[in-house]
Amino acid sequence: MSRLFPHPMLSATLCLAWLLLAGSIALNSLLMAACLATLIPLATQAYWPSRPKIRHPLRLISYIALVLYDVILANIQVARIILFMPADQIKSAWITVPVDLPCPEAIALLAGTITLTPGTLTAEFSADNKALLIHALHAPDPDATRAEIKSRYETRLQRIFR
Amino acid sequence: MSLAVEILISALLIIGGSFGLIGSFGLLKLREPMQRLHAPTKATTVGVGASLIAAALTLLWQTGSASWQGVMVAAFLFLTAPLSGLMLAKAHRHLSRPDLPPTGTKAPWAGETPPKP
Repeated sequence: MSRLFPHPMLSATLCLAWLLLAGSIALNSLLMAACLATLIPLATQAYWPSRPKIRHPLRLISYIALVLYDVILANIQVARIILFMPADQIKSAWITVPVDLPCPEAIALLAGTITLTPGTLTAEFSADNKALLIHALHAPDPDATRAEIKSRYETRLQRIFR
Repeated sequence: MSLAVEILISALLIIGGSFGLIGSFGLLKLREPMQRLHAPTKATTVGVGASLIAAALTLLWQTGSASWQGVMVAAFLFLTAPLSGLMLAKAHRHLSRPDLPPTGTKAPWAGETPPKP
């Protein structure tokens, strides 16, 4: 079973995504969903050898809600910078954020969160996956930005993933 | 369609449109390539998000059935936007070689050759 479905979560997500896109649960949509849910994980498993261990799926949902809320707040903040701040007063900065997360999936989630909350952008990883390079649009105090990312997102991800 | 729903949908469309416009204005105003990379992330998140919610609400009101395609579009955008941003940042880094802070670990940034001892 685990040979046929190396990533059960991915299979379930693909199945659900196809059914939602098709907008129906007719027999042909179900067959197509089953084909995709079987073939895509099989074709990609060579590039994704390990399975993420999610300890608290409910906390993942509350994390997504927190990120959506932050996206809206940060959008307004960045819109203000773009509209009202003179271009020569915008202090952009490169920031190194050391990460202490157990699996690549969690690091990818953190990197995606940083990019989606506007004002910060993940630009690079260190070769050993222990640090992220972040570009901040306006960060007069880089240490505060780094501390906020670590306390607001990383600690929550540490609790979700093992 | 009742007035309240119409006002809600119009407000969402205006919010979405203004954030799209601000994102494009940011492309014009900001000076450095890395700063310009920040501007389009606005258009994809709140701009497209608000427009999609407006579209889904309109469909829900007119046909009585929820449209999940809009939610899927938003989900795919949220999955792909960070990746395209990362690829653009990597391309910029390899082309113009900005001064980067140290990694703080023993390894260099990905794609760099470690300094010879």
